[in-house]
Amino acid sequence: MANTKLMGLFQDPEQAAGAMTKLKEDGFPVEDLDVYSGSPFPEGSFGEHEPEMRLFMFPLVGALVGFAIGLLWTAGTQISYPLVTGGKPLLSIPPMTIIMYENTMLGAIIFTVLGVLFESRLPRRKLGLYDERITEGYIGIIVDCPEERATAAETALQGAGAEEIKREEG
Amino acid sequence: MYYRRTLTDAQINRELLDVVLRTPVWWVVIVSILGLIVAGAASAFGFMMNQGLGVTGLQQPIFWGFFITNFIFWVGISHAGVMISAILRLSQAEWRRPMVRAAETMTVFALMTSLLQPLIHAGRPWRIFYWVFPYDWARGIWPDVRSPLVWDPTAIITYLTSSSLFVYTALIPDLAIIRDRSTGWRRTVYGILALGWHGNPRQWKLQGIAGILLSALILPVFVSVHSIVSWDFGVSLVPSWHVTVFAPYFVIGAVHSGVSAVVTLMILMRKLYKLENFIWEEHIDAVARLLIVVATAWLFFFWLDLVFALWLKEEQEMTVWHLRLFEPPWSWLFLAFIVFSYIIPVPLWMFRRVRRSFTWMLWTSLMVNVGMFLERLIIIVPALMRKGPWVFTYDTYRPSAVEVTLIVGSIALVALLLMLFSKFFPLIPIWEEKEGQKLIDEVKVGDRVVPALVKEH
Repeated sequence: MANTKLMGLFQDPEQAAGAMTKLKEDGFPVEDLDVYSGSPFPEGSFGEHEPEMRLFMFPLVGALVGFAIGLLWTAGTQISYPLVTGGKPLLSIPPMTIIMYENTMLGAIIFTVLGVLFESRLPRRKLGLYDERITEGYIGIIVDCPEERATAAETALQGAGAEEIKREEG
Repeated sequence: MYYRRTLTDAQINRELLDVVLRTPVWWVVIVSILGLIVAGAASAFGFMMNQGLGVTGLQQPIFWGFFITNFIFWVGISHAGVMISAILRLSQAEWRRPMVRAAETMTVFALMTSLLQPLIHAGRPWRIFYWVFPYDWARGIWPDVRSPLVWDPTAIITYLTSSSLFVYTALIPDLAIIRDRSTGWRRTVYGILALGWHGNPRQWKLQGIAGILLSALILPVFVSVHSIVSWDFGVSLVPSWHVTVFAPYFVIGAVHSGVSAVVTLMILMRKLYKLENFIWEEHIDAVARLLIVVATAWLFFFWLDLVFALWLKEEQEMTVWHLRLFEPPWSWLFLAFIVFSYIIPVPLWMFRRVRRSFTWMLWTSLMVNVGMFLERLIIIVPALMRKGPWVFTYDTYRPSAVEVTLIVGSIALVALLLMLFSKFFPLIPIWEEKEGQKLIDEVKVGDRVVPALVKEH
């Protein structure tokens, strides 16, 4: 059965929060509801689904990758052309740590940004159901539901005071 | 007590995207002037490449002059941007909102300009690649990782990449705002850059986490970069350079000059882009108070640097300090440096009226950076300008017209890049301003309505 996506546009955040409550009361699972806004609202303002994330893994993996590259670079270049200076050990640890430290941090930062994009489900090729007024302060309430429940969702959105309802067939 | 104007999302969009969505005449005039100065500097660089480093004031035994001074100066400026942004984001300071983007962007452009300086200084820039890549691929002779000439590019490239990613990540929601306000090819370009941003709770939550997580990761990098720059000096055998206090001294000096540059930038932005609704006296006041602490900490490290030298009573060390303190022109430059960096601005910043005056803060912050440029020059040149072993000819350092042109060009380049950035992206984070408007809470006391967050600043 094909799904339908509906978006109700609200100028007033209170009405949008009311729409979310009504939709949940009408039996629409919270995972199938989403809220689009032009700026962040305090978490839970619309009673939205609590997202699960594993962002913390990304900087850790990145740091390990960066450290490994740093070690490979500093140790590898010294071993590949051994040049003993003053009878001292070939691998000079203190300067190696400087480069390894920078690479570790660089790896952690690059992977964090990749993690943020991945967990944000970005990039997306198409905007899909969206309205430009969202970045002007409107709130978009998205309902992803089976086709036969689309009318009920539309009624709930309209009842809550949606200025406009957009529809996208899945 | 302040009363800020309540703005709607549409008003914030309109005011902060004014220059992005239309091109004012003054913007074209300023960009053209800056472009001409940069072109002049590029010609001077071309002339220097053609004629050789003989056209500069560099000569035996002074091989580090204005270019290396400028390198350290711009690395220093770049520091405060991300530092201010990262610390204010981590501490969730409300007054960060109008200044973080401009500060982060200045970091990126100042760092790019600083990277150019060693390339210029090398005279033949293509030779710089020998610092990082093998001298000879066939024989596999790599540069020595024990050399600061390898540490420096590693640290600066790490910092530049991190800062650029930091700026871009926080820019994504604003790119979506511009995408929604533009048409034609601009809409396509901003659409690609915005990566399909919708602004759902998951994305907003990640934006918040990214700001804090990246801040926490960038702060140690920021400390390491200027420490490594200081080790360019510290690991050498030049008297007055191998002081153990050099790393924190350089870091705090960078913060002093960088935060002052942020103040200059904010005041100019406010005037040029008509941002009176976003940058208030309270913001400048808050940064000025931070500057008093930073400047005093910097003065302490400067004092330690001097005390360590005098305590040891090494002949070579004393010679350098004697040159810096008592022999003109260095003694005059030294006096100018300490007066501009601390003696004039800091006592002035003690007065609330000065801290809240855009004119006073503009001039005092500019004065700090003149002083801090002189500080770097005084650290470098007198230390080299002495008769050492195997030095048979020595003279003072007089920067040539080519060097002065390139220094002026570097200032124009940073300004030009900032102006170009402001044409395509908002200098104040729009989504953060909107978030700030939502968090305004007011309390009714009698017939007055006052902000609930009295201690916001």
